[in-house]
Amino acid sequence: MSVPGGEERAAGGDGWRRLAPRTVLVAALVMAGIATGAGAPVFVGLAAGRPLWQAGAWVLGGAALLIAGGSALDLVRWRRTKYRVGAERVELRTGLLLVKRRSLARERIRSVDLTANVLLRVLGLVKVRIGTGENTGGAESTLALDPVTREEGERLRRELLDRRAAGGAGAGSHREGELAVLDPAWIRYAPVSFVAPALGGAAVGGLMQVSEWFGARGKLIDWVLDRFRDTPVLWIVVVLVVGACTAGVVGALGLWVEMWWNYRLEREPGGTLRVRRGLFTTRSTSVEERRLRGVELVEPLGVRTLGAARVDAVATGLTVGEDSGHANHRTLLPAAPRATAEAVAAHVLREAVSPTRAARLTPHPPAARTRRLRWAVGAALAPVLVLGVLGALLTDVLLYAAGACGVVLLPTAVLLGRDAYRSLGHGVSGEYLVARSGTVRRTTVALRRGGVIGWTVKQSVFQRRAGLVTLTATTAAGAGAYSVYDAAEGEGLAFADEAVPGLLAPFLDRPAD
Amino acid sequence: MTGTGSGGTARLRPPNNTLDRRVVGWWRTQCLLLTAGPVAVLGVLGAFLAPARPWLLPAAGALAVLGAAASVFLPLWWFRVHRWEVTDDAVYVRTGFFWQEWRIAPMSRIQTVDTVRGPLEQTFGLSTVIVTTASSKGAVKIEGLDHALAAELAERLTVITGSTPGDAT
Repeated sequence: MSVPGGEERAAGGDGWRRLAPRTVLVAALVMAGIATGAGAPVFVGLAAGRPLWQAGAWVLGGAALLIAGGSALDLVRWRRTKYRVGAERVELRTGLLLVKRRSLARERIRSVDLTANVLLRVLGLVKVRIGTGENTGGAESTLALDPVTREEGERLRRELLDRRAAGGAGAGSHREGELAVLDPAWIRYAPVSFVAPALGGAAVGGLMQVSEWFGARGKLIDWVLDRFRDTPVLWIVVVLVVGACTAGVVGALGLWVEMWWNYRLEREPGGTLRVRRGLFTTRSTSVEERRLRGVELVEPLGVRTLGAARVDAVATGLTVGEDSGHANHRTLLPAAPRATAEAVAAHVLREAVSPTRAARLTPHPPAARTRRLRWAVGAALAPVLVLGVLGALLTDVLLYAAGACGVVLLPTAVLLGRDAYRSLGHGVSGEYLVARSGTVRRTTVALRRGGVIGWTVKQSVFQRRAGLVTLTATTAAGAGAYSVYDAAEGEGLAFADEAVPGLLAPFLDRPAD
Repeated sequence: MTGTGSGGTARLRPPNNTLDRRVVGWWRTQCLLLTAGPVAVLGVLGAFLAPARPWLLPAAGALAVLGAAASVFLPLWWFRVHRWEVTDDAVYVRTGFFWQEWRIAPMSRIQTVDTVRGPLEQTFGLSTVIVTTASSKGAVKIEGLDHALAAELAERLTVITGSTPGDAT
């Protein structure tokens, strides 16, 4: 362990420590950035009406004030923020006007995450977020140290998560250290994710927005139309769509590189899984294995057609996505070939074979397929009908549009409906309950049976007629509840009873044998 | 062992206890209040807007009739469906009519037991007992219990859960 850390701590008297003083420099630099960004247009604006030196003085004066103010504020914040890692609790004292004291019991700490954006990285700093696994209390269950030096962040992480004395379950039989590293070839799954079209749309929207700020939207559209003066409409549409898609793909590739560069998944001696990744902003997320209740294999449609899958952790205390990372902080492996994904899932769960592969999934009755087809066709018919009615009332053009919609949408709907039915399945594999569903985003969850803390059985009027039920296992981890949709009533209940013995049995009416 | 996927027609049996009979009155009042609002709005509009009167007043009338019918019959149905039971090991509740729902929470995983009385509920002398587990989606609600019974139930649950260790967080 780090010797300097120990010395520093002894020197700190009663153990109270401060954040890294360089935070003031960070604040000054951020303010300088803002000042530059805001100052340039202001300078241009001012220079139009008055002499250059006067405009320059105004802008520089404002910038100096902004930077000085921001730094001073941060200096006060730095002076008033102290933290202490005691034997029992981690404490934080903070607040500019109002002193806030918060403390977390060390035994409740479940995660220590480190993030560093480019600026912090250059200065050798990290942001530390210490969290307990509690859903209640919201922000009160996390402490943020923003920022500390990189060494101090590492030391905190190691010290707070080291539970070697407690001993991980079944340690030794499974390998420690590196479980997975980034294979650059995985980037081929980036363009087929749903990010690409979204980014493409955003690029077009952004272009329109920016051109409007400068009052040039009309000109932009005219310019684009000018390029295409002699080309038919169809070509224009094709070219524009291809352009937007290219922008989306480039964006998706860039985003993937920034998110997943240097990705590695490790198991640390204390029984912690650690994910490190990021090109510019580095992120380190740690999941304590004790609170891991299973894994989820996520296959969005595009990724699935290429035979790949992503692995998410199902763990307690990861539900709040207050950071900018959204759901990404529970992703253990980005989209990778399915075999790799399953191998990683097996390593993570300390199983020989991933339960998502080992489980023999029971298919659902044909009535479930009927329901899915009905929904899909219904959803596809709605726009066709609307267009058709409008067409009958207004113009014939809409009737053609309705026809085209029908020709495209109906077969797609039928395919998706059939695929959704094929995806359905549930089963028990060793210590895990496995459930699969979804077509556009197919998920296979393997949930530890001991982690199920209740069942909810739902049945609509239509399901009752078809003899189907939806079973939902509630759990403290992940999304809080995982469902088996449209299982056969008797078989589904028997499955729920088998998965969690004793819970359902007293309330079941069995036919007399 | 039980249930090895014999594919039989195992079904969930209804829980043992019905709610307090007064709950029908409570549901009826809620239903009536819910329909009274839109009916009143339509009626007032109809009284003031002469040209739209032939549309608005019949709509208000139809809504009132529907609401009244629903208020009379639906609560009777609901009363038959809504049932609850507390054993030594679990809390078991059945709710809903069109979307029926059975919820089971094992005693060992219960975290908190709350008793809630809304203003309308109080006038009927009823309480709601809410049992939460560590899951964000696993709360079990028993609506429409007698005040005294709810208090006694909450106390009993608190005692049982206090003596069972662990809540699987």
